[in-house]
Amino acid sequence: MANSFSMPPALEWLRATRVWKSIFRRGPALTNRSRSLAVFGNLFLHLLPVKVREKSLRVRVSYYLGSISFLLFVVLGVTGVLLMFYYHPAVPQAYRDMKDLRFVVSNGVFLRNLHRLAAQLMVLAVFWHMFHVFYRGGYRPPHEFNWVVGVVLLLVTLFLSYTGYLLPWDQLAFWAITVGTNILSAMPLIGRRIRFISLGGNLVGENALLRFYVLHCVVLPLIAILLVAVHFWRVQKDGGLTVPEEDGGKGN
Amino acid sequence: MAEKEINKYEAGFSSDAKKEPVRVVFITKKTSAKVIGDAGPRVMTYPHLLIREAIAFMALVIALVGVALFWDAPLEQLANPLLTPNPAKAPWYFLGLQELLHYFPPLVAGIIIPTLVVIALVIVPYFDVNIQGAPLWSGNPKRTLWIFLAVVITLTSLLGLFRAWTVLVPTEIIALLMLSSYRGSATQKGGAVAWWRRERTLSWWVMTWFISVAIVLTAVGTFFRGPGWSWVWPWSSHAG
Repeated sequence: MANSFSMPPALEWLRATRVWKSIFRRGPALTNRSRSLAVFGNLFLHLLPVKVREKSLRVRVSYYLGSISFLLFVVLGVTGVLLMFYYHPAVPQAYRDMKDLRFVVSNGVFLRNLHRLAAQLMVLAVFWHMFHVFYRGGYRPPHEFNWVVGVVLLLVTLFLSYTGYLLPWDQLAFWAITVGTNILSAMPLIGRRIRFISLGGNLVGENALLRFYVLHCVVLPLIAILLVAVHFWRVQKDGGLTVPEEDGGKGN
Repeated sequence: MAEKEINKYEAGFSSDAKKEPVRVVFITKKTSAKVIGDAGPRVMTYPHLLIREAIAFMALVIALVGVALFWDAPLEQLANPLLTPNPAKAPWYFLGLQELLHYFPPLVAGIIIPTLVVIALVIVPYFDVNIQGAPLWSGNPKRTLWIFLAVVITLTSLLGLFRAWTVLVPTEIIALLMLSSYRGSATQKGGAVAWWRRERTLSWWVMTWFISVAIVLTAVGTFFRGPGWSWVWPWSSHAG
Protein backbone atom coordinates (compact mmCIF):
# COMPACT_ATOMS: atom_id res chain seq x y z
CA MET A 1 0.00 0.00 0.00
CA ALA A 2 1.67 3.17 -1.21
CA ASN A 3 1.83 6.14 1.04
CA SER A 4 -0.11 9.01 -0.49
CA PHE A 5 1.59 11.64 1.64
CA SER A 6 5.12 12.02 2.93
CA MET A 7 6.07 13.05 6.43
CA PRO A 8 8.45 15.91 7.13
CA PRO A 9 11.90 14.33 7.55
CA ALA A 10 12.24 15.53 11.14
CA LEU A 11 9.00 13.85 12.16
CA GLU A 12 9.96 10.71 10.29
CA TRP A 13 13.25 10.57 12.14
CA LEU A 14 11.51 11.21 15.46
CA ARG A 15 9.07 8.37 14.96
CA ALA A 16 11.91 5.94 14.31
CA THR A 17 13.76 6.81 17.53
CA ARG A 18 13.96 4.47 20.51
CA VAL A 19 12.17 6.93 22.79
CA TRP A 20 9.20 7.33 20.46
CA LYS A 21 8.89 3.57 20.07
CA SER A 22 9.08 3.08 23.84
CA ILE A 23 6.16 5.50 24.35
CA PHE A 24 3.89 4.38 21.52
CA ARG A 25 4.97 0.71 21.37
CA ARG A 26 5.49 0.90 17.61
CA GLY A 27 7.48 2.58 14.88
CA PRO A 28 6.10 4.82 12.12
CA ALA A 29 2.54 3.91 11.08
CA LEU A 30 3.36 3.08 7.49
CA THR A 31 1.79 -0.36 7.25
CA ASN A 32 -1.74 -1.45 8.09
CA ARG A 33 -0.29 -3.60 10.85
CA SER A 34 1.34 -0.66 12.60
CA ARG A 35 -1.80 1.43 11.99
CA SER A 36 -3.85 -1.24 13.74
CA LEU A 37 -1.34 -1.23 16.58
CA ALA A 38 -1.67 2.56 16.75
CA VAL A 39 -5.35 2.10 17.64
CA PHE A 40 -5.59 -1.01 19.79
CA GLY A 41 -2.18 -0.55 21.38
CA ASN A 42 -3.24 2.81 22.79
CA LEU A 43 -5.28 3.07 25.98
CA PHE A 44 -7.43 5.91 24.67
CA LEU A 45 -7.75 4.97 21.01
CA HIS A 46 -8.56 1.33 21.75
CA LEU A 47 -12.13 2.50 22.50
CA LEU A 48 -12.38 3.00 18.73
CA PRO A 49 -12.51 0.21 16.16
CA VAL A 50 -9.37 -0.53 14.14
CA LYS A 51 -11.35 -0.27 10.92
CA VAL A 52 -14.45 1.77 10.14
CA ARG A 53 -16.87 1.56 7.26
CA GLU A 54 -16.04 4.05 4.56
CA LYS A 55 -19.69 5.09 4.46
CA SER A 56 -19.86 5.87 8.18
CA LEU A 57 -17.28 8.60 7.59
CA ARG A 58 -19.66 10.50 5.33
CA VAL A 59 -20.84 13.76 6.86
CA ARG A 60 -24.51 13.04 6.20
CA VAL A 61 -24.41 9.76 8.12
CA SER A 62 -23.71 11.39 11.48
CA TYR A 63 -22.93 15.08 10.90
CA TYR A 64 -20.15 14.13 13.36
CA LEU A 65 -22.62 15.12 16.10
CA GLY A 66 -21.30 12.51 18.55
CA SER A 67 -17.74 13.63 17.91
CA ILE A 68 -18.73 17.27 18.27
CA SER A 69 -20.50 16.58 21.59
CA PHE A 70 -17.34 14.85 22.85
CA LEU A 71 -15.06 17.61 21.58
CA LEU A 72 -17.24 20.23 23.29
CA PHE A 73 -16.92 18.19 26.49
CA VAL A 74 -13.12 18.35 26.12
CA VAL A 75 -13.24 22.13 25.58
CA LEU A 76 -15.47 22.44 28.65
CA GLY A 77 -13.05 20.35 30.70
CA VAL A 78 -10.06 22.53 29.78
CA THR A 79 -11.81 25.91 30.18
CA GLY A 80 -13.55 24.62 33.32
CA VAL A 81 -10.25 23.73 35.04
CA LEU A 82 -8.85 27.16 34.12
CA LEU A 83 -11.97 28.82 35.55
CA MET A 84 -11.59 26.81 38.78
CA PHE A 85 -8.26 28.57 39.40
CA TYR A 86 -10.17 31.86 39.77
CA TYR A 87 -13.28 30.64 41.57
CA HIS A 88 -14.36 30.25 45.20
CA PRO A 89 -17.66 28.44 45.85
CA ALA A 90 -18.66 30.89 48.58
CA VAL A 91 -21.28 33.63 49.02
CA PRO A 92 -20.72 36.36 47.89
CA GLN A 93 -17.11 35.66 46.79
CA ALA A 94 -18.36 33.61 43.82
CA TYR A 95 -19.98 36.69 42.31
CA ARG A 96 -16.89 38.83 43.01
CA ASP A 97 -14.84 36.21 41.15
CA MET A 98 -17.10 36.76 38.12
CA LYS A 99 -16.38 40.50 38.36
CA ASP A 100 -12.66 39.74 38.68
CA LEU A 101 -12.83 37.58 35.57
CA ARG A 102 -14.31 40.53 33.78
CA PHE A 103 -12.13 43.36 35.05
CA VAL A 104 -8.95 41.88 36.58
CA VAL A 105 -7.98 38.52 35.05
CA SER A 106 -6.32 38.67 31.63
CA ASN A 107 -8.71 37.21 29.06
CA GLY A 108 -11.05 36.27 31.91
CA VAL A 109 -14.14 37.31 29.97
CA PHE A 110 -12.98 35.32 26.97
CA LEU A 111 -12.45 32.24 29.14
CA ARG A 112 -15.92 32.46 30.66
CA ASN A 113 -17.48 33.16 27.24
CA LEU A 114 -15.86 30.03 25.83
CA HIS A 115 -17.11 27.89 28.71
CA ARG A 116 -20.64 29.25 28.61
CA LEU A 117 -20.90 29.02 24.82
CA ALA A 118 -19.52 25.47 24.68
CA ALA A 119 -21.95 24.44 27.43
CA GLN A 120 -25.00 25.73 25.53
CA LEU A 121 -23.74 24.15 22.31
CA MET A 122 -23.12 20.82 24.05
CA VAL A 123 -26.73 20.64 25.25
CA LEU A 124 -27.87 21.38 21.68
CA ALA A 125 -25.40 18.94 20.11
CA VAL A 126 -26.35 16.09 22.46
CA PHE A 127 -30.10 16.60 21.81
CA TRP A 128 -29.51 16.79 18.05
CA HIS A 129 -27.27 13.72 18.20
CA MET A 130 -30.04 11.74 19.91
CA PHE A 131 -32.76 12.79 17.46
CA HIS A 132 -30.48 12.10 14.50
CA VAL A 133 -29.65 8.62 15.79
CA PHE A 134 -33.35 7.95 16.30
CA TYR A 135 -34.32 8.93 12.75
CA ARG A 136 -31.52 6.79 11.35
CA GLY A 137 -32.72 3.81 13.37
CA GLY A 138 -29.43 3.69 15.25
CA TYR A 139 -31.16 2.33 18.38
CA ARG A 140 -32.12 -0.97 16.71
CA PRO A 141 -30.46 -4.23 17.76
CA PRO A 142 -27.64 -4.69 18.57
CA HIS A 143 -27.41 -1.02 19.59
CA GLU A 144 -30.22 -1.04 22.21
CA PHE A 145 -28.06 -0.76 25.29
CA ASN A 146 -25.84 1.94 23.82
CA TRP A 147 -28.99 4.00 23.16
CA VAL A 148 -29.85 3.68 26.86
CA VAL A 149 -26.31 4.79 27.81
CA GLY A 150 -26.85 7.74 25.46
CA VAL A 151 -30.11 8.72 27.18
CA VAL A 152 -28.31 8.66 30.55
CA LEU A 153 -25.53 10.80 29.02
CA LEU A 154 -28.16 13.31 27.89
CA LEU A 155 -29.43 13.54 31.48
CA VAL A 156 -25.84 13.90 32.79
CA THR A 157 -25.27 16.70 30.24
CA LEU A 158 -28.41 18.50 31.42
CA PHE A 159 -27.40 18.13 35.08
CA LEU A 160 -23.89 19.36 34.29
CA SER A 161 -25.30 22.42 32.58
CA TYR A 162 -27.86 23.01 35.33
CA THR A 163 -25.37 22.73 38.23
CA GLY A 164 -23.02 25.09 36.40
CA TYR A 165 -25.85 27.60 36.01
CA LEU A 166 -25.81 28.41 39.76
CA LEU A 167 -22.07 29.01 40.09
CA PRO A 168 -21.89 32.72 38.98
CA TRP A 169 -24.24 33.50 41.91
CA ASP A 170 -26.03 36.34 40.12
CA GLN A 171 -29.78 36.97 39.96
CA LEU A 172 -30.12 34.82 36.81
CA ALA A 173 -28.41 31.87 38.51
CA PHE A 174 -30.17 32.16 41.86
CA TRP A 175 -33.72 32.36 40.52
CA ALA A 176 -33.24 29.75 37.80
CA ILE A 177 -32.14 27.24 40.45
CA THR A 178 -34.90 28.36 42.82
CA VAL A 179 -37.55 27.84 40.12
CA GLY A 180 -36.05 24.50 39.08
CA THR A 181 -35.67 22.99 42.52
CA ASN A 182 -39.14 24.15 43.57
CA ILE A 183 -40.46 21.62 41.04
CA LEU A 184 -38.81 18.88 43.09
CA SER A 185 -41.09 19.57 46.06
CA ALA A 186 -44.06 18.57 43.88
CA MET A 187 -42.86 14.97 44.11
CA PRO A 188 -45.23 13.11 46.43
CA LEU A 189 -44.01 12.12 49.91
CA ILE A 190 -40.25 12.56 49.33
CA GLY A 191 -40.27 15.80 47.30
CA ARG A 192 -39.37 18.20 50.10
CA ARG A 193 -36.76 15.81 51.45
CA ILE A 194 -35.09 15.47 48.03
CA ARG A 195 -35.08 19.24 47.61
CA PHE A 196 -33.50 19.60 51.07
CA ILE A 197 -30.80 17.07 50.19
CA SER A 198 -29.94 18.65 46.84
CA LEU A 199 -29.82 22.20 48.28
CA GLY A 200 -28.36 21.36 51.69
CA GLY A 201 -31.15 23.43 53.21
CA ASN A 202 -34.60 24.82 52.54
CA LEU A 203 -33.37 27.73 50.44
CA VAL A 204 -30.78 28.22 47.70
CA GLY A 205 -27.81 29.41 49.77
CA GLU A 206 -24.17 28.75 50.60
CA ASN A 207 -24.69 25.01 51.04
CA ALA A 208 -26.47 24.72 47.70
CA LEU A 209 -23.62 26.59 45.99
CA LEU A 210 -21.03 24.22 47.49
CA ARG A 211 -23.06 21.12 46.59
CA PHE A 212 -23.64 22.27 43.01
CA TYR A 213 -19.93 23.15 42.72
CA VAL A 214 -18.81 19.69 43.82
CA LEU A 215 -21.38 18.00 41.57
CA HIS A 216 -20.42 20.23 38.63
CA CYS A 217 -16.64 19.93 38.95
CA VAL A 218 -16.12 16.43 40.32
CA VAL A 219 -19.05 14.02 40.48
CA LEU A 220 -20.85 14.64 37.19
CA PRO A 221 -17.68 14.97 35.02
CA LEU A 222 -16.42 11.63 36.41
CA ILE A 223 -19.75 9.96 35.61
CA ALA A 224 -19.72 11.55 32.15
CA ILE A 225 -16.15 10.38 31.40
CA LEU A 226 -17.00 6.84 32.48
CA LEU A 227 -20.20 6.70 30.42
CA VAL A 228 -18.60 8.31 27.35
CA ALA A 229 -15.93 5.59 27.48
CA VAL A 230 -18.63 2.90 27.65
CA HIS A 231 -20.57 4.66 24.86
CA PHE A 232 -17.56 4.77 22.48
CA TRP A 233 -16.49 1.23 23.29
CA ARG A 234 -19.98 -0.09 22.68
CA VAL A 235 -20.15 1.59 19.26
CA GLN A 236 -17.11 -0.48 18.34
CA LYS A 237 -18.38 -3.72 19.92
CA ASP A 238 -21.84 -3.36 18.36
CA GLY A 239 -20.35 -3.17 14.87
CA GLY A 240 -19.98 0.53 14.13
CA LEU A 241 -22.48 3.17 13.09
CA THR A 242 -25.73 2.26 11.36
CA VAL A 243 -25.03 2.98 7.70
CA PRO A 244 -27.46 2.73 4.79
CA GLU A 245 -27.38 -0.66 3.15
CA GLU A 246 -27.00 -1.00 -0.54
CA ASP A 247 -28.47 -4.43 -1.14
CA GLY A 248 -29.33 -6.33 -4.26
CA GLY A 249 -32.97 -5.24 -4.11
CA LYS A 250 -32.37 -1.58 -4.76
CA GLY A 251 -29.46 -1.95 -7.08
CA ASN A 252 -26.14 -0.19 -6.75
CA MET B 1 -42.36 -18.41 23.40
CA ALA B 2 -38.85 -19.13 22.19
CA GLU B 3 -40.21 -21.53 19.61
CA LYS B 4 -42.56 -18.90 18.31
CA GLU B 5 -39.66 -16.50 17.88
CA ILE B 6 -37.70 -19.07 15.91
CA ASN B 7 -40.64 -19.76 13.64
CA LYS B 8 -41.13 -16.10 12.91
CA TYR B 9 -37.75 -15.53 11.30
CA GLU B 10 -35.34 -17.91 9.74
CA ALA B 11 -31.75 -16.86 9.67
CA GLY B 12 -29.13 -18.33 7.41
CA PHE B 13 -25.42 -17.63 7.57
CA SER B 14 -22.76 -17.89 4.94
CA SER B 15 -21.44 -21.43 5.13
CA ASP B 16 -17.99 -20.57 3.92
CA ALA B 17 -16.03 -20.76 7.12
CA LYS B 18 -12.97 -19.14 5.62
CA LYS B 19 -14.84 -15.94 4.85
CA GLU B 20 -16.57 -13.88 7.47
CA PRO B 21 -20.34 -14.12 7.16
CA VAL B 22 -21.14 -10.93 5.32
CA ARG B 23 -24.77 -11.70 4.54
CA VAL B 24 -27.59 -12.45 6.97
CA VAL B 25 -30.94 -13.35 5.48
CA PHE B 26 -34.24 -12.62 7.19
CA ILE B 27 -37.14 -14.55 5.73
CA THR B 28 -40.48 -13.66 7.26
CA LYS B 29 -43.77 -15.31 6.54
CA LYS B 30 -45.43 -12.24 5.07
CA THR B 31 -42.73 -10.78 2.90
CA SER B 32 -40.21 -11.96 0.41
CA ALA B 33 -36.63 -12.51 1.36
CA LYS B 34 -34.91 -9.34 2.49
CA VAL B 35 -31.19 -9.23 2.36
CA ILE B 36 -29.37 -7.02 4.81
CA GLY B 37 -26.81 -5.97 2.32
CA ASP B 38 -23.15 -5.30 2.46
CA ALA B 39 -22.56 -1.92 4.02
CA GLY B 40 -19.49 -1.27 1.94
CA PRO B 41 -15.73 -1.46 2.36
CA ARG B 42 -13.83 -0.64 5.53
CA VAL B 43 -10.89 1.69 5.93
CA MET B 44 -8.28 2.07 8.66
CA THR B 45 -9.34 4.23 11.62
CA TYR B 46 -5.77 5.53 11.72
CA PRO B 47 -5.57 7.81 9.78
CA HIS B 48 -8.98 8.06 8.03
CA LEU B 49 -11.25 8.61 11.05
CA LEU B 50 -8.69 10.34 13.27
CA ILE B 51 -7.80 12.98 10.66
CA ARG B 52 -11.51 13.83 10.28
CA GLU B 53 -11.93 14.11 14.05
CA ALA B 54 -8.90 16.38 14.18
CA ILE B 55 -10.34 18.61 11.44
CA ALA B 56 -13.72 18.71 13.22
CA PHE B 57 -11.97 19.69 16.45
CA MET B 58 -10.01 22.49 14.79
CA ALA B 59 -13.06 23.86 12.98
CA LEU B 60 -15.04 23.75 16.23
CA VAL B 61 -12.38 25.55 18.26
CA ILE B 62 -11.99 28.24 15.58
CA ALA B 63 -15.76 28.80 15.53
CA LEU B 64 -15.95 28.87 19.35
CA VAL B 65 -13.11 31.38 19.63
CA GLY B 66 -14.68 33.51 16.90
CA VAL B 67 -18.00 33.76 18.72
CA ALA B 68 -16.49 34.04 22.23
CA LEU B 69 -14.51 37.10 21.15
CA PHE B 70 -17.65 39.07 20.30
CA TRP B 71 -20.44 37.60 22.43
CA ASP B 72 -20.41 38.04 26.21
CA ALA B 73 -21.74 35.52 28.71
CA PRO B 74 -24.57 37.14 30.69
CA LEU B 75 -23.94 38.37 34.22
CA GLU B 76 -26.65 40.12 36.22
CA GLN B 77 -26.66 41.71 39.68
CA LEU B 78 -25.54 39.81 42.78
CA ALA B 79 -28.07 37.17 43.81
CA ASN B 80 -30.72 38.67 46.08
CA PRO B 81 -33.29 36.31 47.65
CA LEU B 82 -35.50 39.32 48.53
CA LEU B 83 -35.79 40.61 44.97
CA THR B 84 -37.74 38.19 42.75
CA PRO B 85 -37.48 38.96 39.03
CA ASN B 86 -40.75 38.70 37.11
CA PRO B 87 -40.75 36.30 35.35
CA ALA B 88 -38.11 34.11 37.00
CA LYS B 89 -36.98 31.78 34.23
CA ALA B 90 -35.12 28.47 34.32
CA PRO B 91 -32.29 27.73 31.81
CA TRP B 92 -33.61 27.58 28.23
CA TYR B 93 -33.63 23.76 28.03
CA PHE B 94 -36.05 23.63 30.98
CA LEU B 95 -38.35 26.40 29.71
CA GLY B 96 -40.50 23.81 27.93
CA LEU B 97 -41.14 22.25 31.33
CA GLN B 98 -41.82 25.67 32.86
CA GLU B 99 -44.34 26.32 30.09
CA LEU B 100 -46.04 23.02 30.97
CA LEU B 101 -46.11 24.09 34.64
CA HIS B 102 -48.17 27.07 33.56
CA TYR B 103 -50.98 24.74 32.44
CA PHE B 104 -50.76 21.61 34.54
CA PRO B 105 -50.39 20.97 38.28
CA PRO B 106 -46.73 20.74 39.41
CA LEU B 107 -46.97 17.00 40.03
CA VAL B 108 -48.06 16.38 36.43
CA ALA B 109 -45.85 18.90 34.62
CA GLY B 110 -42.80 18.77 36.85
CA ILE B 111 -42.59 15.12 37.84
CA ILE B 112 -44.89 12.78 35.90
CA ILE B 113 -44.40 14.08 32.33
CA PRO B 114 -40.56 14.33 32.51
CA THR B 115 -40.38 10.88 34.12
CA LEU B 116 -42.61 9.41 31.40
CA VAL B 117 -40.50 11.05 28.68
CA VAL B 118 -37.28 9.59 30.09
CA ILE B 119 -38.88 6.14 30.49
CA ALA B 120 -40.23 6.33 26.94
CA LEU B 121 -36.77 7.22 25.58
CA VAL B 122 -35.12 4.38 27.49
CA ILE B 123 -37.55 1.71 26.31
CA VAL B 124 -37.59 2.89 22.66
CA PRO B 125 -35.19 0.18 21.38
CA TYR B 126 -36.89 -2.60 23.35
CA PHE B 127 -40.36 -1.99 21.94
CA ASP B 128 -39.40 -1.53 18.31
CA VAL B 129 -40.83 -4.79 16.99
CA ASN B 130 -41.38 -3.13 13.61
CA ILE B 131 -38.17 -4.56 12.12
CA GLN B 132 -39.33 -4.16 8.52
CA GLY B 133 -40.20 -0.50 9.15
CA ALA B 134 -43.82 -0.98 8.04
CA PRO B 135 -45.58 2.35 7.35
CA LEU B 136 -48.26 3.52 9.79
CA TRP B 137 -51.19 2.86 7.45
CA SER B 138 -50.05 -0.55 6.23
CA GLY B 139 -51.76 -3.66 7.53
CA ASN B 140 -55.31 -2.78 8.60
CA PRO B 141 -55.64 0.96 7.84
CA LYS B 142 -59.34 1.22 8.90
CA ARG B 143 -58.66 -0.13 12.37
CA THR B 144 -55.52 2.02 12.68
CA LEU B 145 -57.62 5.06 11.73
CA TRP B 146 -60.17 4.41 14.49
CA ILE B 147 -57.44 3.98 17.11
CA PHE B 148 -55.73 7.11 15.78
CA LEU B 149 -58.94 9.17 15.98
CA ALA B 150 -59.68 7.94 19.51
CA VAL B 151 -56.18 8.92 20.68
CA VAL B 152 -56.31 12.35 18.99
CA ILE B 153 -59.78 13.19 20.37
CA THR B 154 -58.74 12.13 23.89
CA LEU B 155 -55.55 14.21 23.68
CA THR B 156 -57.37 17.21 22.20
CA SER B 157 -60.08 17.23 24.88
CA LEU B 158 -57.53 16.76 27.67
CA LEU B 159 -55.33 19.60 26.39
CA GLY B 160 -58.43 21.74 25.75
CA LEU B 161 -59.67 21.10 29.29
CA PHE B 162 -56.40 22.50 30.70
CA ARG B 163 -56.37 25.24 28.00
CA ALA B 164 -52.83 24.16 27.08
CA TRP B 165 -52.85 25.96 23.74
CA THR B 166 -49.11 25.88 23.12
CA VAL B 167 -49.20 22.07 23.37
CA LEU B 168 -52.46 21.73 21.49
CA VAL B 169 -51.43 23.64 18.35
CA PRO B 170 -48.36 21.52 17.39
CA THR B 171 -50.27 18.37 18.38
CA GLU B 172 -53.12 19.21 16.01
CA ILE B 173 -50.76 20.10 13.17
CA ILE B 174 -48.96 16.75 13.45
CA ALA B 175 -52.33 14.95 13.74
CA LEU B 176 -53.53 16.66 10.54
CA LEU B 177 -50.34 15.70 8.72
CA MET B 178 -50.79 12.10 9.84
CA LEU B 179 -54.42 12.12 8.76
CA SER B 180 -53.62 13.60 5.36
CA SER B 181 -51.19 10.74 4.75
CA TYR B 182 -54.03 8.25 5.30
CA ARG B 183 -55.86 8.72 1.99
CA GLY B 184 -52.73 7.79 0.11
CA SER B 185 -52.65 4.29 1.55
CA ALA B 186 -55.31 2.99 -0.84
CA THR B 187 -54.20 4.86 -3.95
CA GLN B 188 -50.71 5.24 -5.26
CA LYS B 189 -51.36 8.79 -6.45
CA GLY B 190 -49.44 11.84 -5.37
CA GLY B 191 -45.93 13.08 -5.86
CA ALA B 192 -42.73 12.33 -4.03
CA VAL B 193 -43.84 14.22 -0.90
CA ALA B 194 -47.08 12.22 -0.58
CA TRP B 195 -45.20 9.00 -1.10
CA TRP B 196 -42.59 9.99 1.49
CA ARG B 197 -45.29 10.79 4.05
CA ARG B 198 -47.08 7.50 3.39
CA GLU B 199 -43.93 5.56 4.14
CA ARG B 200 -43.49 7.00 7.65
CA THR B 201 -43.73 4.59 10.58
CA LEU B 202 -45.66 5.12 13.81
CA SER B 203 -42.45 5.62 15.82
CA TRP B 204 -41.37 8.30 13.31
CA TRP B 205 -44.64 10.19 13.83
CA VAL B 206 -44.48 9.93 17.63
CA MET B 207 -40.91 11.22 17.77
CA THR B 208 -41.70 14.05 15.34
CA TRP B 209 -44.70 15.02 17.48
CA PHE B 210 -42.55 14.99 20.62
CA ILE B 211 -39.83 17.14 19.02
CA SER B 212 -42.38 19.62 17.58
CA VAL B 213 -44.07 20.09 20.96
CA ALA B 214 -40.70 20.41 22.73
CA ILE B 215 -39.47 23.04 20.26
CA VAL B 216 -42.70 25.07 20.39
CA LEU B 217 -42.82 24.98 24.22
CA THR B 218 -39.14 25.94 24.56
CA ALA B 219 -39.46 28.77 22.01
CA VAL B 220 -42.64 30.12 23.65
CA GLY B 221 -41.08 29.89 27.13
CA THR B 222 -37.93 31.65 25.94
CA PHE B 223 -39.28 34.43 23.74
CA PHE B 224 -43.01 34.87 24.32
CA ARG B 225 -43.44 34.90 28.10
CA GLY B 226 -43.30 38.05 30.21
CA PRO B 227 -44.39 39.18 33.70
CA GLY B 228 -46.67 36.66 35.42
CA TRP B 229 -45.96 34.26 32.55
CA SER B 230 -48.29 36.33 30.37
CA TRP B 231 -47.99 36.30 26.59
CA VAL B 232 -45.68 39.01 25.20
CA TRP B 233 -44.30 39.60 21.72
CA PRO B 234 -40.52 39.47 21.66
CA TRP B 235 -40.33 42.70 19.68
CA SER B 236 -42.54 44.75 22.04
CA SER B 237 -40.57 46.10 24.99
CA HIS B 238 -42.18 45.90 28.39
CA ALA B 239 -41.30 47.29 31.79
CA GLY B 240 -40.22 44.33 33.84
